[in-house]
Amino acid sequence: MRIYGRLGDRLFSAFLLALGLAVLFIAGLLAWELWLGGRQAFATFGFFPFARGTAWDAVKGNFGAWPFIVGTVITSAAALALSFLPSLAAAIVIAEYTPRWLGEIVAYLVDLLAALPSVVYGLWGIFVLVPLVRDHLEMPLFLWAGEHAPGLLGALGAPIGTGMLAAVLVLSLMIIPYSSALARDAIRLVPREQREAMYALGATRWEVVRRVVLPYARGGIFAGMVLALARAIGETMAVTMLIGNSAKLPYSVFGPAATMSSVIANEFTEADGGLHLSSLVAVGFLLLLLSLLVNLAAEFMLRRMAVGEGRK
Amino acid sequence: MNLRRRYLRDRLMMVGLALGTLLVLLPLLFILAHVFIEGIGALNWNFFTKPPKPPGESGGGMLPAIVGTFYIDLMALAMGGLLGLGGGVLMAEYPDHPINRPLRLVANVLGGVPAILMGLFAFVVVVEPLGGFSAFSGAVALAVLMIPIIMRSTEEVLKLLPWELREAGLALGLPRWRVTLSLILPAAKGGIITGLLLALARAAGEAAPLLFTAFGNQFLSFDPLGPMDSLPLKIYVYAISPYEDWVKQAWGAALLLALLLMLTNFLARRAMRKR
Repeated sequence: MRIYGRLGDRLFSAFLLALGLAVLFIAGLLAWELWLGGRQAFATFGFFPFARGTAWDAVKGNFGAWPFIVGTVITSAAALALSFLPSLAAAIVIAEYTPRWLGEIVAYLVDLLAALPSVVYGLWGIFVLVPLVRDHLEMPLFLWAGEHAPGLLGALGAPIGTGMLAAVLVLSLMIIPYSSALARDAIRLVPREQREAMYALGATRWEVVRRVVLPYARGGIFAGMVLALARAIGETMAVTMLIGNSAKLPYSVFGPAATMSSVIANEFTEADGGLHLSSLVAVGFLLLLLSLLVNLAAEFMLRRMAVGEGRK
Repeated sequence: MNLRRRYLRDRLMMVGLALGTLLVLLPLLFILAHVFIEGIGALNWNFFTKPPKPPGESGGGMLPAIVGTFYIDLMALAMGGLLGLGGGVLMAEYPDHPINRPLRLVANVLGGVPAILMGLFAFVVVVEPLGGFSAFSGAVALAVLMIPIIMRSTEEVLKLLPWELREAGLALGLPRWRVTLSLILPAAKGGIITGLLLALARAAGEAAPLLFTAFGNQFLSFDPLGPMDSLPLKIYVYAISPYEDWVKQAWGAALLLALLLMLTNFLARRAMRKR
């Protein structure tokens, strides 16, 4: 029974090691292949000129990623700003204000937002949100601006429904569960004694939340925000279906735009010519860099500001 | 601040928090209700049993997409599950293995990589060398998406088991591989299945990695090296199409997909509770 001796253990750990190395290899290969695929674009235009280039013209063969970088940053930052307070409110309500059974139901519903596929948000966005936004938000605002502040018209853009505003609204809804879940966990980790000490001093419930719970849980809350931002940056389908896909700077509030992921999803299968394809992969490589940066920031925050460990 | 103003503020904040929560929940319920109402009408016999018809003809269905969803996702689960479980077991059972640090970093980093990049990756390493869109390349993209999720959940679950369990097995003279396979994995079965199902649910809803890998197919296909359809892809294509019948079918597919994912999530939660 050699298999029960050292041989068996060696074989087993070698097998696990092979699987582990395969995972490492795949991750490395992913970054490497994206770099390789985008090399032609980087070689033609130069790395930074490509990233900062504002032209995206498949006919003339002139490509620059700047409109998409700007589009990604604006949409995800706006979505984060919109979703931050509601998601934090939901986390506080779940962890502090409701009895356990009700909190569980609300938490389950918030998590359900993450379970719905991106294309379903996109579908709902096209047929429900876009008409709603166009008729009840954009048109009135546009007409108001036309009468009272014509200077604003350019910044607002045509009130056609599909565009940046619709994409941001759906995006903010989609990232709520990510920030809310982390904030909720962090709030639940606040020691009961901390709250009780505050109540014993005669504090109201809100004062306990404001002075004890939120400061104590801030690490988790911020990490959740950054993670939600990372989700927003990578989100593809719903944004592609709603943003209108225009590869031009400057952007307007209502008007069409594009993000790094949406331009890849939208143009990749139609791209002809190696340079166009390579430019799209190069945009993917830049997207990889951006999302790595944001995710590492979240990781760093979670570790640095983790509850219980304190600041090091 | 006097007491009355403090109480008033307390009440106001409570109302504000409740409103904020409603702002989260109402759109969700709105979406769910809408998907259900629009989708339920499209779910008929043809929907489940017929391939799509050309635009303008009614009576088409989603059979290729439904079959393809299961086909691609299970193929992805087989690949991603093996690699993810291997990495997770390695990190939990051999805590001081030198490969663990980079492996953990990769698990975290890969988990944050946008899904569409998995599609680009599979396009470059599978579609281009093989010379065409294929179900297999779609499964590769989804498998890469699943790996970090499975790896992290497996590691977490295994670390919850007491070391005494392993020591008890070793004290009986069992080799380490036997302890892992016969003691640790069965003891953590519920949690591991939960991780696998959550990864499956996450990947099954993604359309982005399949756009230029599995690509979509109007016909029922079981060829892993040929293009294949999938529900998320079909929803995307039909949603942006100008045909009323297709849009209606997109709602039906959205309802079906949402129900499937909720079922998977429910099963995942149940597996964790029942050990």
